Amino acid sequence: MALVLTEEQIMLKESAAGLLAQKAGVAQLRALRDAGDARGFTPEVWQDIATMGWPGIAIPEAYGGLGYGYTGLGLVLEQVGRHLSPVPLQSTVLLGGTLINALGSEAQKQSLLPAVAAGELHVSLALQEGPQHAPEDTALKAEIAGAGYRLQGEKCLVLDALAAQQFVVIARTSGVPGDSAGLTAFLVAADAACLTVEQRSLVDARGVGALELNGVDVAASAVLGEVDAAWNGLSRSLDIANIGLAAELLGVATEAFERTVEYLKERKQFGKVIGSFQGLQHRAAELFAELELARSIVLKALQAIDADDPQLPLLASAAKAKLCEVAQRATNEGIQMHGGIGMTDEYDIGFFIKRARVAQHTFGDYNYHLDRFAQLSGF
Amino acid sequence: MSDLEHFRADTRAWLEENCPAAMREPVRGFDDLYMGGRNPEVDHPDQQLWCERMAQRGWTVPQWPREYGGGGLNKEEAKILQQEMARLGARRPLESFGISMLGPALLKFGSEAQKQEHLPPICRGEIRWCQGYSEPNAGSDLASLQTRAEDRGDHYIINGQKVWTSYADKADWIFCLVRTDNTGSKHEGISFVLFDMASEGVTTRPIKLISGSSPFCETFFDNVRADKRNLVGEEGKGWAIAKYLLTHEREMISAFGAAPAKSLGAVAVENLGSDASGRLRNGILRHTIAQYQLDALAFGATMSRVGDEAKAGQGLGAASSIFKYYGTELNKRRNELNLAIGGEPALGWDGDVYGGGATSRDWLRSKGNSIEGGTSEVQLNIIAKRVLGLPD
Ligand SMILES: Cc1cc2nc3c(=O)[nH]c(=O)nc-3n(C[C@H](O)[C@H](O)[C@H](O)COP(=O)(O)OP(=O)(O)OC[C@H]3O[C@@H](n4cnc5c(N)ncnc54)[C@H](O)[C@@H]3O)c2cc1C
Ligand SMILES: Cc1cc2nc3c(=O)[nH]c(=O)nc-3n(C[C@H](O)[C@H](O)[C@H](O)COP(=O)(O)OP(=O)(O)OC[C@H]3O[C@@H](n4cnc5c(N)ncnc54)[C@H](O)[C@@H]3O)c2cc1C
Repeated sequence: MALVLTEEQIMLKESAAGLLAQKAGVAQLRALRDAGDARGFTPEVWQDIATMGWPGIAIPEAYGGLGYGYTGLGLVLEQVGRHLSPVPLQSTVLLGGTLINALGSEAQKQSLLPAVAAGELHVSLALQEGPQHAPEDTALKAEIAGAGYRLQGEKCLVLDALAAQQFVVIARTSGVPGDSAGLTAFLVAADAACLTVEQRSLVDARGVGALELNGVDVAASAVLGEVDAAWNGLSRSLDIANIGLAAELLGVATEAFERTVEYLKERKQFGKVIGSFQGLQHRAAELFAELELARSIVLKALQAIDADDPQLPLLASAAKAKLCEVAQRATNEGIQMHGGIGMTDEYDIGFFIKRARVAQHTFGDYNYHLDRFAQLSGF
Repeated sequence: MSDLEHFRADTRAWLEENCPAAMREPVRGFDDLYMGGRNPEVDHPDQQLWCERMAQRGWTVPQWPREYGGGGLNKEEAKILQQEMARLGARRPLESFGISMLGPALLKFGSEAQKQEHLPPICRGEIRWCQGYSEPNAGSDLASLQTRAEDRGDHYIINGQKVWTSYADKADWIFCLVRTDNTGSKHEGISFVLFDMASEGVTTRPIKLISGSSPFCETFFDNVRADKRNLVGEEGKGWAIAKYLLTHEREMISAFGAAPAKSLGAVAVENLGSDASGRLRNGILRHTIAQYQLDALAFGATMSRVGDEAKAGQGLGAASSIFKYYGTELNKRRNELNLAIGGEPALGWDGDVYGGGATSRDWLRSKGNSIEGGTSEVQLNIIAKRVLGLPD
């Protein structure tokens, strides 16, 4: 496939940039943070986004989506990254919709996906249990209880937890932590008895939470797909999610870089603009080169999702690892090259480094994905 | 079958029939490339045979116009030819500065007569060219070059010195930057002239490289005569041609950044072994190889993206400015890893046990990639100023 955006995709990118700049930019994120907003986004803005059809971009037309594919969603996510938009696209669309589509039965897809596509249903993945991403280590237990299951355990890093109406909880139905087999995905309503949803506060000030399942009873019909067999669908969904996050990180890194280069052209010291100093010029030029590589690998990975490329796992880890590296460098340099002002809360550059680190960590950081990339490459 | 499918089938059949077995073996290092010329260096007789056969079809330079000895292929056909050659492991029949540098410049700036005279012998590998750009005091700052050309009516008389002139002692002709006017800014008054290296007054003195070979020379001009019909473009306007040619040179050099056919990770596992989880034993080396392979993958994707964007009419994006810098730095990283993976044998310098020192010699040669054709630092200056718009 040609590694190039079509005209239609370029238009989508531009319309996303327009809407997000106006309604969901750094200023809105700052306001939500300062207000201590637990939900982490503005429902009216989400309504506007739903009207644009973005929640359904990657959902097949048969289930009420646009069937436009993940390359399109990735372009929107890149803009989300550029503007640091506080929107639940990652939780509900990139993951929620993808998981239901990958794991759900036909009936489950029919009943849930149209609501996701319309922006009416917020679904979030509850996977991580410890400090690091390690999906095989899932320990949260689901045991048969009557005609259904009883779930017991804890989850953290649940994106947009306070907004979700449903969670996809990954639980162990057989085997031991460390096995990829024996995992089952359950749909659990946010208002289920014995479920506590707690707001957590991470550096990026986005809506995130933790779950405590203290003997939560669910019906057998709550199983998303097959018992003990969540791994393949989960793994594919995580690959897609990591590529989506890489697209977001591309936006974060590019914007941080462009703001920094602009600053280098304004700030004067020693009687000249600091952008004239070669010590800074070469670092900026090297970063530019890395960003171009980052852009290419993200596009290649996004296209691999839509083309059902067997290399998807390798490309997902490649894209995530590369974008972790580049976003880290771009945001670090962003602070450093701004000097003292970059350290202030009042100045926006700090928001980029904060979001970058959380997105880097989410579903596996640089170390996790570079290791996986090497393993999938055979060494 | 579509036309392209026919073309593929014909090409495949022809290559199977005509590519000699020895030319299906991988090239063993830099010195094993066939460069043609009046007195060609031939390591294997099939090199000449293969070059002749390919030249008859115009396939030494597949995309140049047929009238000048090229193959007249369009992009799709050229890609098919490349794929079919790769399928057989067929070597490129001819490598030369005529193909990679002078040709593109002549096609764009040369007169009809110059194209007719100089391009066909390049395609046939009959005339080998060298590049007379750098001088002792004009390296990165190329435009400060001082080799003088005096106007003598129908010809110039050239005096001065070039340095680092690759293959000057083997080449038949030179494309040379000379100063025809000293009065304006340093970028004005430079002219682009061609002359025969057998001309009276040309001497070359080979310089030995750290890799042990002597591919380049000091080149001296003492009252050398160059006919004016071999002035390319206008007198004093050679800088634009020089820069255009450099973009082609850099493109050629950045191709060294392409990932090797056999991944370094796989070679490392063969040499050093893996643990029960399949991971390379040495975790630190594994990390460095993974970083390299990741960047090589992303760099390859960037080369493809730039090509695809250009084909889609979106222009040559800013990304192309990184090729020379990134490709050569990647190639140096790859060569360092070859040493690390290979261990003692990779450091061998001479003798059959060490394959003649191919690994270490390639490693040393790769250090020049980020110097020749404009250094990495100069490339970063270009990106900072032209692409990012940072001031002087
Ligand atoms: C946490 C903190 C505490 C501080 N406490 C104090 C304090 O107690 N008292 C006090 O007086 N100050 C204090 N400072 C200020 C500090 O000394 C300045 O921030 C620092 O000297 C940089 O100056 P600047 O912020 O104006 O950045 P700038 O000078 O504008 O620098 C911006 C960027 O340009 C680079 N740059 C500038 N000139 C060159 C050059 N010639 N070549 C290459 N790069 C260049 C810088 O390295 C930097 O990356 C503090 C700063 C911080 C962040
Ligand atoms: C293997 C090889 C083959 C070559 N073949 C040819 C050939 O066929 N024909 C030909 O004409 N030339 C050839 N060259 C010459 C090559 O083009 C020059 O070596 C190159 O342009 C650098 O010039 P220099 O060697 O004078 O280094 P210098 O320009 O003296 O550079 C020395 C160091 O200073 C740095 N530097 C210089 N200016 C700046 C700046 N403004 N900012 C930051 N850093 C700077 C450089 O990056 C370098 O690291 C070849 C070189 C090599 C290594």
